[in-house]
Amino acid sequence: MAVLRPVSVRRPVGVALCALAGAVVVGVSVGPADVSLPTVLRILLSHVPVLHYRSGANPVSASIVWEIRLPRVVLGGIVGAMLAGGGAAYQGVFRNPLADPYLLGVAAGAGLGATVVLVSGPRLSELLPPAAFVGAVAAVTLTYAVGSRVGRHGATASIVLAGVAVAALLTAVQTYLQQQHSQDLQVVYGWILGQLTTANWSDVVLVLPYAAVSALALLVHRRLLDVLRLGQDEADSLGVRTSRVRLAVVAAATLGTAAAVAVSGLIGFVGIIVPHTVRLSTNSSYRVVVPVSMIGGAAFLILADVAARTVQAPGEIPIGVVTAFVGAPFFLFVLRSRRAGKSVS
Amino acid sequence: MISLEDVTVHYGSAPAVVQVREGIDPGEWVGLIGPNGAGKTTLLKAVAGLVAHDGVIRIDGAPSTALGPKDLARMVAYVPQHPEFPADMTVGAYALLGRTPHIGYFGTESGHDRQVCATLLQWLGLSSMAERPLGTLSGGELQRVVLARALAQEAPVLLLDEPTSALDLGRRVEALELVDRLRHERALTVVSAMHDLTLAGQFADRLVLMDGGRAVAAGKPDEVLLEDVLGDHFGTGVRVLRTDDGDLVVVPRRAR
Repeated sequence: MAVLRPVSVRRPVGVALCALAGAVVVGVSVGPADVSLPTVLRILLSHVPVLHYRSGANPVSASIVWEIRLPRVVLGGIVGAMLAGGGAAYQGVFRNPLADPYLLGVAAGAGLGATVVLVSGPRLSELLPPAAFVGAVAAVTLTYAVGSRVGRHGATASIVLAGVAVAALLTAVQTYLQQQHSQDLQVVYGWILGQLTTANWSDVVLVLPYAAVSALALLVHRRLLDVLRLGQDEADSLGVRTSRVRLAVVAAATLGTAAAVAVSGLIGFVGIIVPHTVRLSTNSSYRVVVPVSMIGGAAFLILADVAARTVQAPGEIPIGVVTAFVGAPFFLFVLRSRRAGKSVS
Repeated sequence: MISLEDVTVHYGSAPAVVQVREGIDPGEWVGLIGPNGAGKTTLLKAVAGLVAHDGVIRIDGAPSTALGPKDLARMVAYVPQHPEFPADMTVGAYALLGRTPHIGYFGTESGHDRQVCATLLQWLGLSSMAERPLGTLSGGELQRVVLARALAQEAPVLLLDEPTSALDLGRRVEALELVDRLRHERALTVVSAMHDLTLAGQFADRLVLMDGGRAVAAGKPDEVLLEDVLGDHFGTGVRVLRTDDGDLVVVPRRAR
């Protein structure tokens, strides 16, 4: 008697990991200072703890690769993973293909938090990440508090609508502040468009705990996200406490996204493009979509950052512009070239 | 097996089910009939724990509200009128979702879960389709797939809301015969809401006629499928005929 085979996760994850490895190599090799690929690899190897390998590279190159490029690549990877994983999770919870990590007000809340700090004066700039983080989390909390009381036991449509309203409110406040402090407008705008320019290891350390918790929480909820694909009534009838699962997943995704936004600003598109590309290329099961989106999102953002800093070298294009510019046509291409019959939720 | 004690359900301020008192024995097939809006779907949802209700619903003696969602899902399998079929989910993956009540929160399907589903798919003639996406199946095949998922719950009670509304005559009879066979093989208690009064009379052991949220008649088919009773509640003249095999046929009486 045939036994039902489980959904194949290893192959897509394997492919994605290869893509990520490639992206990391490109990310640390490309830059204004000319460091050859073999040298880069030797420098990376020399930092592996147990090996005691000496790269023999000149100290400036070693410093550029290790202190400037690698943290930027690592941070870009973490941010990309959080945005893409968060997007996939939101799409699963709200069963809406347009759901992205900013849906419930994360972007508006973080933007407001950042604006408040930026217009309060440059001496407070180290408060920027915590302010953005707190703003993001507060916005989602407000959305959930209002939205889940309305409608039938936490129906998703009410939460989404509450998110739209909260985002509009916070954006209005933010715009008002920007108007009142128009001399700071450019700084705020620059932050909003997203950047990894000033990435360093302390940013990575800052984000890592939140990212780790978020990623772990999203991964353990994969099976339940698949059950949610049947809709609330059927999922409830299968014994799943759908409102609790939704809350847990939203909390995990928001945590990761807020941390990402706190260090890199509002990088858009990643949370929509990457999960849908994964669905169209492999499988719509969340067992595949969640991990592959995270890995793919990391690779995507690392490569987008490479483009951001090389296309107009030595200047940089805001990474949010790159993700939209690169991501949208790529996604249209993937959409066109797949067979019909694939789900988007 | 199921005991409905003064069950009332309100949607907002509007009553959808009013003071229903019924008992359903283990292994029985009870057909819920009645006009649109009578409360049949609402009553099924109340038994499945999907809507709040006043009064008590006992499943195998225990009040349904005292059971946690997982325990209730292991007692009651619910098939809605229009189930969600994610187009690219495979038949096998869909059937496995029926095992959800048996899997822990952070757990994943065990070999036993897969075995249960594989057996069911074979039983329902779906083994060859296990890897096919749901979007490629016909209505009749989807009907069987949904039964596979419901049966994978291994619940003694099966609630079916209009299980045959989208099927042609042949598929309808096939589906109902399948449910009948399954309920005898697995000692299931079946409650189904049905529009087709003739088929309801042929397959169900007992019928409960609902109108305006109340159970207005209950009993064997020949006690409920009466011309005046049906005529009053459905708002149209009917004739009830008996075939040579003893089946009742309900025919609308046209105003000519």
